[in-house]
Amino acid sequence: MTSLANAFTLIAVGCGALLFLAGTLGLLRFPDTLSRLHALSKADNLGLGLIVLGLLPQAASFTGGLKLVCVWLLAQISAATASQLIAGVLYRRKLRP
Amino acid sequence: MTLLLDLALIAGLLALAVHVARASDDQSAIIGFIAFGLLLGVGWTRLAAIDVAMTEAAIGGGVTGMLLLRAEARLRERSSQARSAGRITKAAAAIGCTVVAAGLALAVLSFPSPAPTLAPAAAAALDATGLGNPVTAVLLAYRALDTLLEKVVLLLALLGVWSLAPDQFWGGAPELRRADAPQPFIYLARILPPFGVLIAVYMCWVGADAPGGTFQAGTVLAAMWLLVMLAGLRPAPETRRTTLRLLLVGGPVLFFTVGFLGFAVADGFLSYPEGAAKPIIVGIEAALTASIALTLGLLVAGPSGRAPVP
Amino acid sequence: MADLLTGAALFILVVTALGLFKVLRSEIAAERMMAVQLLGTGGAAAVLLLGAASSSPAMTDVALLLMLLAAVSCAAFAFGQPSLGPDASEQAEDEA
Repeated sequence: MTSLANAFTLIAVGCGALLFLAGTLGLLRFPDTLSRLHALSKADNLGLGLIVLGLLPQAASFTGGLKLVCVWLLAQISAATASQLIAGVLYRRKLRP
Repeated sequence: MTLLLDLALIAGLLALAVHVARASDDQSAIIGFIAFGLLLGVGWTRLAAIDVAMTEAAIGGGVTGMLLLRAEARLRERSSQARSAGRITKAAAAIGCTVVAAGLALAVLSFPSPAPTLAPAAAAALDATGLGNPVTAVLLAYRALDTLLEKVVLLLALLGVWSLAPDQFWGGAPELRRADAPQPFIYLARILPPFGVLIAVYMCWVGADAPGGTFQAGTVLAAMWLLVMLAGLRPAPETRRTTLRLLLVGGPVLFFTVGFLGFAVADGFLSYPEGAAKPIIVGIEAALTASIALTLGLLVAGPSGRAPVP
Repeated sequence: MADLLTGAALFILVVTALGLFKVLRSEIAAERMMAVQLLGTGGAAAVLLLGAASSSPAMTDVALLLMLLAAVSCAAFAFGQPSLGPDASEQAEDEA
């Protein structure tokens, strides 16, 4: 049972780490700011989500697991509003001559 | 593997520090500084200093950043063109930082191995306090005087900020709100504070037995309060209000009272009676958390910007 | 297991640092704002992995704080941008 849980953890954490890599590649390679913003928010949050999912079987207690999920929920709120704010700044800059 | 991780952390921190020193304008320097604070939090975690990591994340990554941003915005309002420190000033600051860092490194490296430590003594006396977290025991029992004076210094700093207000504005409310707060910001200011308050209460409560404590909780509360004030959901309070001032001094005053009561019921100033140490400490922590949250929030909010409403 | 998790934390930190220096050196102010958000998520992920590797649950609290304060800082920064909001941009144009 523990080896199964460990295998699940490793696979999910590995996928999460790959998504972080994908996000950085997007930041480095995408042509304009809005697509880079997309790369940052999508990859980071899916990446963090997978890592949290992978670490859930390793959590020592129920509250420990709950806190892990809370970290991810906070990341969702934070990334959603931050992306909107940054895109808003960008949009208004473009409107100006 | 851990050695590689440590090396990567050190390289990242040094590169960020150089970036902050070299940044062309103030705003990028501030962003670099906030990022530095967050990464330093990860660094402290690696050193297993969880309490310090939390404080660094809350202060370095949060409230200091807001303080600097507001200071920068104020400077920008005063002079229309963006003005940044000159080359020589920056070089002098960079050299000063390098000298301090080198001095600290020399001091740490010159410790004998194993370094002198009071950790076993602190852990051995933990039972007498009834606490589970040795850091809280150091802050509120063994070295309570330092903590008390630190809070007084915070209040003095706030007095310094308030005294920058022009005479006709004295006692009025600080100007934080802007008419054009964007919708996503208001949304964040509506949904984040409940999370933040919950985390702060948890931090304050858990601080007696696990990493966490008053300063972290107070800082989180201050950040949430600032968010609400910036979004204009609640106005900044008038600085002349009696309840506000009572809450500000409440924590340190309670601390002093308990300290002087120590002469009557225990061994002297700031010593707690046998067996009752833990409830007293938790009580002091609660009052201090409120004081710290208000002090830090008002420090960032700045001097009052309009005359008091009669 | 612990070594593998630490390795994952190292990988994420390095990858985050690469992205971080790209956005910090950017010419566009809005891109530099992404740095805080990036380090918030990357740092939280690394701290969570380190916490699992050294089985110290208190590290989750550090990740919570990192995430919370990164959100606040990022929002405060975007808020301080002069071009934010229609009123502000019109005002700036009038002055110019």
